[in-house]
Amino acid sequence: MYDVIIIGGGVIGAAVARRLARCPLKVAVLEAQNDVANGTTKANSAIIHAGYDPEPGTLMARLNVEGNRMMGPLCEELDVPFRRTGSLVLAFGADQQPRLEELYRRGTANGVPGLRLLSGAEARELEPNLSQEVTGALLAPSAGIVDPWGLALALLENAVTNGVELFRRCPVTAVKADGENFVLTTPRGDFAARHVVNAAGVDADKVRALLESPDYTVRPNRGEYYLLDKTEGNQVSRVIFQCPGPEGKGVLVAPTVHGNLLVGPNAEAVEDRRDLGNTADALDFVRRRALQSVPGLNLRQNIRNFSGIRANTDRGDFAIETSKAHPHWLDLAGICSPGLSSAPAIADYAARLLAEQGLPLEEKPDFRPRRQAVPRFRELNAEQRAELIQKDPRFGRVICRCETVTEGEIVAALHSPVPACSINGIKRRCNAGMGRCQGGFCGPRVQEIIARELGVPMTDVLMDQDGTWVLACETKTGKEEG
Amino acid sequence: MKELVCIVCPRGCRLQVDEQNGYAVTGNSCPRGAEYGKNELQHPTRVLTTTVRVTGGVHCRLPVKTSTAIPKDLLFDAMKVADAVCVAAPVQPGQVIVENLLGTGADLIAGRGIEMA
Amino acid sequence: MANPYELIVVGGGPAGLAAACQAWEKGLRRILILERDSELGGILNQCIHSGFGLQRFREELTGPEYAGRFIEMLADTGVETSLDTMVLQIVPGEKGALHQVHAVSARDGYRVLETRAVVLAMGCRERTRGAISIPGERPSGIFTAGAAQRYLNIEGYMVGRRVVILGSGDIGLIMARRMTLEGAKVLACVELMPYSGGLMRNIVQCLEDFDIPLYLSHTITDIKGHNRVEQVTVSKVGPDRRPIPDTEMVFDCDTVLLSVGLIPENELTRAAGARMDRRTNGAMVYENMETSIPGIFACGNVVHVHDLVDYVSAESERAGAAAAAYVQGQRAEENARTVELKNGDGVSYTVPQTVRADAAGRTVEVFFRVNRVTGPAAIAVRDADGNSLTGFRRAHLAPGEMEHILLPGDLVRGASGPVTIAIEEDKGGAAQ
Repeated sequence: MYDVIIIGGGVIGAAVARRLARCPLKVAVLEAQNDVANGTTKANSAIIHAGYDPEPGTLMARLNVEGNRMMGPLCEELDVPFRRTGSLVLAFGADQQPRLEELYRRGTANGVPGLRLLSGAEARELEPNLSQEVTGALLAPSAGIVDPWGLALALLENAVTNGVELFRRCPVTAVKADGENFVLTTPRGDFAARHVVNAAGVDADKVRALLESPDYTVRPNRGEYYLLDKTEGNQVSRVIFQCPGPEGKGVLVAPTVHGNLLVGPNAEAVEDRRDLGNTADALDFVRRRALQSVPGLNLRQNIRNFSGIRANTDRGDFAIETSKAHPHWLDLAGICSPGLSSAPAIADYAARLLAEQGLPLEEKPDFRPRRQAVPRFRELNAEQRAELIQKDPRFGRVICRCETVTEGEIVAALHSPVPACSINGIKRRCNAGMGRCQGGFCGPRVQEIIARELGVPMTDVLMDQDGTWVLACETKTGKEEG
Repeated sequence: MKELVCIVCPRGCRLQVDEQNGYAVTGNSCPRGAEYGKNELQHPTRVLTTTVRVTGGVHCRLPVKTSTAIPKDLLFDAMKVADAVCVAAPVQPGQVIVENLLGTGADLIAGRGIEMA
Repeated sequence: MANPYELIVVGGGPAGLAAACQAWEKGLRRILILERDSELGGILNQCIHSGFGLQRFREELTGPEYAGRFIEMLADTGVETSLDTMVLQIVPGEKGALHQVHAVSARDGYRVLETRAVVLAMGCRERTRGAISIPGERPSGIFTAGAAQRYLNIEGYMVGRRVVILGSGDIGLIMARRMTLEGAKVLACVELMPYSGGLMRNIVQCLEDFDIPLYLSHTITDIKGHNRVEQVTVSKVGPDRRPIPDTEMVFDCDTVLLSVGLIPENELTRAAGARMDRRTNGAMVYENMETSIPGIFACGNVVHVHDLVDYVSAESERAGAAAAAYVQGQRAEENARTVELKNGDGVSYTVPQTVRADAAGRTVEVFFRVNRVTGPAAIAVRDADGNSLTGFRRAHLAPGEMEHILLPGDLVRGASGPVTIAIEEDKGGAAQ
């Protein structure tokens, strides 16, 4: 019997797991896919919002500002790349000016620190590549950028190190209420729990429906992006938003913690929450809007398009609530933007809600809050590099040329507390394949290392989730193709 | 009259071959083009390049090629032969891997050396 | 180890090998090749098809055989090689001081090597899906043709069974044949442009031989499959290269190979501060393949993408010889008079971009590519006033084929301003 089972290994499930890992509880995370951080967590704007956008009084407003405040110390503790770059919301023309003032008022009401309204010229002084058409801007110094899947992985690694159990390829297929407790059916057997936290992202409504029908409706909404080469990484040094308008929240241009430039998203309601496709129209829209903010952007330096699904609901706020009929069930649903920014605050809030239902939350004395990431070779100086290779020569073998990722880092990711099991799992953990050649060169080498370290044939190594096979078969087996 | 693109060299000459007239070739820039044009319409041939399995070497596949062009319609049969071949390292460059492939007179030869692992 | 070196060559592919051999030939004795792979030969090792070396060796060789010839030549010299070694940074020496090359390997750790001269020979990489923003889902099964070639020819794996190829570059065409021979079904080769990007001979022997359809003026407009590729949609494009509605064809396939161009790999070059040419994506070079940084030379596909390795070897030998001359004290004057080669109509780039007039020998070899297919045409060389300096005839020109001409050295020395190279098509001699 687990004290708490968390369904979903995205950044929200990870944050809750790590929060509960502080307590002497038996906790498990059940992840449906073969790896964690593989849903909305891996495909979003990677922004830590300041918190001026949500309407005052909402959960979003409170948890965003609180989560933003927590992010610095948290990322420091977990060795996660995070930079408080600040953000600008741009106004183009007098009719957008009131929108900035409205955001300023909201932000002030929400407790966002340091907000300032700037003239167009002042904005360009901060960001010289902004368009001449910019007439004003809202500066939010507390906004930042983070490695979103890196954050989720770090939270989970730290949770696992502190005793939380993680089960992957473990989708919950049935839920039975058993008095106050629950029995969750999965392909890996039944799991019994006193409390369940539903952090299943875009599928949270489906998971809840296994118990009872939810009173919110998930309205999946897709956003499409460009990720530009590092040659474009210095176009802006802050997150550049446009005024939220009828066409959605607006297209942003932002540096990433990896040194690239992120451009997007649009917003489009979609039926199929698995459809992570890109469309020519949406990309064209994103391109045009981004050029409006930063006319000098060279979108020919694109290295990857992707899209993510927002777990929007009809609530207009996070759907965080305990079930009325089954109060030991807690839904963390509808975690759309600013969900990533709010994650640590959501976890604290969730813990309080669980405590209200009787979960004891005393701290355990042996909790180890710090997590050390694998050394990032590319960030070291010559001396540190030399030293590292001397200790382990595998750090001298560069596998990913574009991002300078070594075999040592890849091997470490395969044996970490939440080990990688796929080529993209390696990418999320140590950046191999993130660069301009997109794994064209290092993909086969990463695959070889995975096969060798995990003792599986090359043909069994996946690109990403189950079903994403890479190789059809070996050649020259002397047999006819069946 | 038949039009062909010569594949003997990267130049890609456009050949005209007169089937009625002893397969006379025009449009070629060199004698090899004339020969190609003649052959291509009567008994086309190709050099086959592929790999065979190698064991105990620094690589697990050895690139091989036919020592001369073989009839085009034997390419897939030749692939089947290569599918079943396995050689042990070390391999010398130019080493004969399969002699007289499918009775064509062409050998399958190693395109490189492979040292023992 | 002979640190400081006279010459460090970055890259042990065909360009680096030829440059190093030639530099040795010209008298340098402290030469080091740094190669990131575990063997020399570069991408030739996976190009197991034949068609290499007709110019150079007068016989048709496979990629590994061609590489083997140079590796043998190198074995007869005292050139050092450092395999499995990645160069992370090149720091040019100020005013003729030694250049520093930062390299890393498992065996030798982190090294800072010093050298009089550097030859950059890092080659190129393939353009990816991202570079051309193909719409659709992001399943597995989308490979650059070169990556699929490595899996197939070096590692012995098939990447799929039903294949659509986007782009008609030579590697894509070669892979169409290779995968067909290995039992895959290649359903189509799809080319955005109205002409092929590869050599005519490869259209014949890789596609036509196996009845693989080539769709010119078409592109992939959608990819379906949540996990692995399941289906691609191909549409016809108009003269503006935009898809035309209602021309969609659907192919059920598990694999997409991309052969949509090569990009010179110049991160080191850029970081070293060499002047770049946006048209080639390579360094600007003089007639002796020297970059804007004295003592740093570049050759092969890192300068511009070649169609034939034979030309890479020839160009790289010039670079190797020039590096040797540099080390031996023959250095260009700082304010040497230069003549710029300009791209006229129909020409998309030239290499070299600039000639040092007084250093031009008997002839200056100029490589370039045209930007459209033509019938009979003249390659016109004109001075700044439009006066003809010389001309060359061609029966046809195509962007897929690199062109080269030899300009008389006297012509360059006599030029008082930039020299323009342009294509002048014969009247009535329109494309095909």
